[in-house]
Amino acid sequence: MTTVDLRGVTCPTNFVKAKLALEMVDTGEVIEFLLDDGEPVKNVPRSLKGEGHKLLGLKETDGYYVLTLEKGEE
Amino acid sequence: MSDEKKSTAVDLKNLKAGGFIKERGKDLFTVRLRVPGGRLPVGRLKKIAEVAEKYGQGMVHLSVRQSVELININFRDFDAVVAELGEGPQKVASCGARVRVPTACGGCEYNPNGLVDTQKSALEVDEKLFGTPTGHHKFKVGFAGCPFDCPKSATNDVGFQGAIWPVLSVEECIGCGLCDKSCTEDAITMGEDGKPRFIPENCLYCGDCLKVCPTEAWRAEKKGYTVRIGGKWGRRPLVGTLFAEFLPEEQVVDFIAAVLEWYKEKAEGQGRIRLGDVIRAEGADALLARLRERFPGFVVDATIPPQAIATQIGKDR
Repeated sequence: MTTVDLRGVTCPTNFVKAKLALEMVDTGEVIEFLLDDGEPVKNVPRSLKGEGHKLLGLKETDGYYVLTLEKGEE
Repeated sequence: MSDEKKSTAVDLKNLKAGGFIKERGKDLFTVRLRVPGGRLPVGRLKKIAEVAEKYGQGMVHLSVRQSVELININFRDFDAVVAELGEGPQKVASCGARVRVPTACGGCEYNPNGLVDTQKSALEVDEKLFGTPTGHHKFKVGFAGCPFDCPKSATNDVGFQGAIWPVLSVEECIGCGLCDKSCTEDAITMGEDGKPRFIPENCLYCGDCLKVCPTEAWRAEKKGYTVRIGGKWGRRPLVGTLFAEFLPEEQVVDFIAAVLEWYKEKAEGQGRIRLGDVIRAEGADALLARLRERFPGFVVDATIPPQAIATQIGKDR
């Protein structure tokens, strides 16, 4: 599974980077994003959901978040 | 009177509806245009630009209520300006003691925070109520799509703010905690079972929990407008207060019409007085009771009169 580390990347750059990473994987593939607490974890999942991807889960680990997502239709 | 002078006569019907505002310079006026919700097709914008170049001095002013205003227009050109704008088709707005052009944010169409279609509401109100004489003073309506309230709805005579009431379907919840994380009002907390708990008295109806929920476990049980009445700005500002909650979008025009009716009636004989000051004199309960007859499911149980803002200048009254 692809893991994209977006820790230390601020909004909205983190979202744009997540989008670019999603361009590299196929529809239906599962991908993980590491997100900082605060604005990133509030905004990035919501924006990715809005782009038609399926959010599978979100877990807090050592002060950051792991977002698991299935890529939606292009 | 010479023939030349006769030919420069202006059609006074154009002036009667308002929208022509005297400027400092001799013979010069501002022409305020009707742009409900501040959105207009670029075709109309091009026509406005053309007219501004031809009759103004190549400048327009964007008013604080989202209108485009043509400036430096000679009153002798009124008819030509109105006729050429009409080809756009662009209409002139109003001024004076009338229902003004409603303002609105982008609403739910493209703004990620928007909960309701404010643009649609603004167009409806513009179509049905724009220009209605109040008999007393100006009457402003504004639509905000969410509690961020960029249009400052409570500074309007009737201000609308998009709202949703969230409800959780536990089976679909994966317990990720994003809603708890997103809620800035402490209206959601995670329970011992790892599922969110809703604390209704803290909720501002912003819908952030729905927007962030990965599984759509949070849904809108109610959606509509929070309505605040009696606001105004200017010399003696008032903040409008809460009169209705979750008013359905399709009842907006009727609701405003009911407020207008009460305003016209209660302000009778008081001259140039704004709605907020009438409510302060009559008591908020009088208007609340009237509205409850027509909109029983949405009018709140109790409220307070529009609240004065301390400007620290002049004498309190």
